[in-house]
Amino acid sequence: MTSRINPNPKPYYIVRPPGRWGFPDFRELWQYRELIYFFTWRDLKVRYKQTLLGVLWAWLQPFITMVVFSIFFGRLAKMPSEGLPYPIFAYAGLLPWEFFSKSFNKAGRSLVMNRPMLTKVYFPRLVIPLSVVLSSLVDFLLAFVVLAGLMVWYGIAPTPRVWTLPLFLLLAAAVSLGGSLWAAALNVLYRDVGYVLPYLVQVLLFVTPVVYPTSLVPEQWRLIYSLNPMAGVVQGFRWALLGVGPGPDLGMAISVTVTLLVLLGGLVFFQGMERYFADRV
Amino acid sequence: MALAVRVANLSKQYRIGEARGKVEYRTLRDSLGRLFRRPRSATIWALRDVSFEIPQGQVVGIIGHNGAGKSTLLKILSRVTRPTEGYAELYGRVGSLLEVGTGFHPELTGRENIYLNGAILGMTKAEIDRKFDEIVAFAEVEKFIDTPVKFYSSGMYLRLAFAVAAHLEPEILLVDEVLAVGDAAFQRKCLGKMGDVAREGRTVLFVSHNMSAILHLTQRTLVLQKGRVVFDGPTPDAVDFYLASGFRRAGERRWDQEEDPTWDPAGPFRPIALRVRDAQGRVTDTVRADEAFTVEWEYVLEQPLRGLRVGIYLLTTRGEYVFTSFDVDDVDMYRRWEERPPGRYLSRVHVPGHWLNEGRYILSVNASIFGVRTFFHEENALSFRVDPTGVVGAQWSERRLGVLRPLLRWEILRNA
Repeated sequence: MTSRINPNPKPYYIVRPPGRWGFPDFRELWQYRELIYFFTWRDLKVRYKQTLLGVLWAWLQPFITMVVFSIFFGRLAKMPSEGLPYPIFAYAGLLPWEFFSKSFNKAGRSLVMNRPMLTKVYFPRLVIPLSVVLSSLVDFLLAFVVLAGLMVWYGIAPTPRVWTLPLFLLLAAAVSLGGSLWAAALNVLYRDVGYVLPYLVQVLLFVTPVVYPTSLVPEQWRLIYSLNPMAGVVQGFRWALLGVGPGPDLGMAISVTVTLLVLLGGLVFFQGMERYFADRV
Repeated sequence: MALAVRVANLSKQYRIGEARGKVEYRTLRDSLGRLFRRPRSATIWALRDVSFEIPQGQVVGIIGHNGAGKSTLLKILSRVTRPTEGYAELYGRVGSLLEVGTGFHPELTGRENIYLNGAILGMTKAEIDRKFDEIVAFAEVEKFIDTPVKFYSSGMYLRLAFAVAAHLEPEILLVDEVLAVGDAAFQRKCLGKMGDVAREGRTVLFVSHNMSAILHLTQRTLVLQKGRVVFDGPTPDAVDFYLASGFRRAGERRWDQEEDPTWDPAGPFRPIALRVRDAQGRVTDTVRADEAFTVEWEYVLEQPLRGLRVGIYLLTTRGEYVFTSFDVDDVDMYRRWEERPPGRYLSRVHVPGHWLNEGRYILSVNASIFGVRTFFHEENALSFRVDPTGVVGAQWSERRLGVLRPLLRWEILRNA
């Protein structure tokens, strides 16, 4: 049986026992870019299928939240808003926040939701959480149009440093993907994660300057506060777009560092756990 | 000839409970609890030291009882799961069909699902564009192509799912039993397509319980038993080996829960044994052609069941059905046993002598409530031989054509 029929050229692929931990194979991921596109497209398509308002929901959801926040936090609680009209202050924070919370909640569960695929077909598993984050990004871009409209309505011009906005968007995407990788991989092994996620997101909302400005946080707590990477993202958004709040400072540097750690760690952890996915999911 | 697949010492170990998704998931508490207990080494080898080579263009069958490791082997070859030891090299683009319709979304239309499913199976958009019309025609769903598949009949859904998969054009195709689904006409169509694939010179690994499909499509077959390759050779020999082996005792099949928990152990139906007895009541795997014999199935009902039917399928080794029979086919029996209280049961059927032709036969068993739930089903549960002793027409030593060799009542009329 071990007789060589023919000393062949290179095999198309070799299946081996799982080796050491490392980063995912990004070249392979690139080869699967069409699948990433199809999964993202499926997510969006399914989300707005058989809804009366369809894609309008991408606008309505953050808008309604903004209105509710404006009434309760802006009007009733008289929350300070850095001298800006509260609605626009809240909405500028809500946008990146919703992008993160939607991605994290859904991508964190995505592997378990796609169990039949994990046990039947091969493709880089990273495709699944990645495409969930991308589909939330599309929602974000749609909702961004409303923000532009609000700025026109209130007559607020964007700051000259608005060009840094994509960088903060990238940071938000990195936080979302990094967190999702940890959650998704852990959720395969422990379904507890699925139950914890919504609470975690809720707690994070309290320690992120979405409904209140960072200036409300006592000075001596600022650096610890910056350990929450979303704090950096939301501050950065307001700074780049509306010109309020702290710009790139030590706190921001901490947020960026934490983000990178979460993302790189998430990539390695996800890749390392991939060996268990099909057998345990 | 170039090599398509090389498998060397491939082994896969599962922790008990991990295999076949018996334990769906663990909670954190279980794991924390485990930290303080001594780890139990409850593991099984789903595959053990499997080695073989397949040259390009060969169509190879894989057969074996449930839990023999067939699906695990295909999963490893298709990279769904990793081996514990050993390695496999695949020389060529691989397409795996472990299931049809993977990733189909009920809310999406047929058209959308073709693209999605195609991409999941590894086709590029350009490839799908090119084959789109062909896929739709093969599936016969032209009129409903822009309807969400949740409105499809199960037949249409299946046809579409298979059509996408069938138009994958890999150099190496791994197929797991997808043909076991659908109506007879559709199965024939699928088999035809598989045959085409084989004729086009592509390499195929084909797992099936369907002996006639295996005989029809493959030249070479591996027999797996408890994770090991116990036979590797020409398909007809492999099928004979498989049918004659694996039974604890000639003429009897016992179900041992620890070894082969392929049914729901917590379910209401628990099979114990299936036996063939000759006219003298002896358990045997060889019955005389001229004598009646009985097939009996022993089982336990843990709960009262309403509408249960227990039965057998008799097949030839070529996979053709001879008959299907259930213990409550008779209307009086049906009424008498409409409700079965818990207890130990024996369902026994008498098969007349002077009826079956000589040769080897296979029994499959099934216990179900029609249209509601199948409690137990096993293909190839037992095989037995009909001995030519006393066969009808023994005065001429000839092989007679036909599955049956009945002694029928003839009349001869002279000058009528």
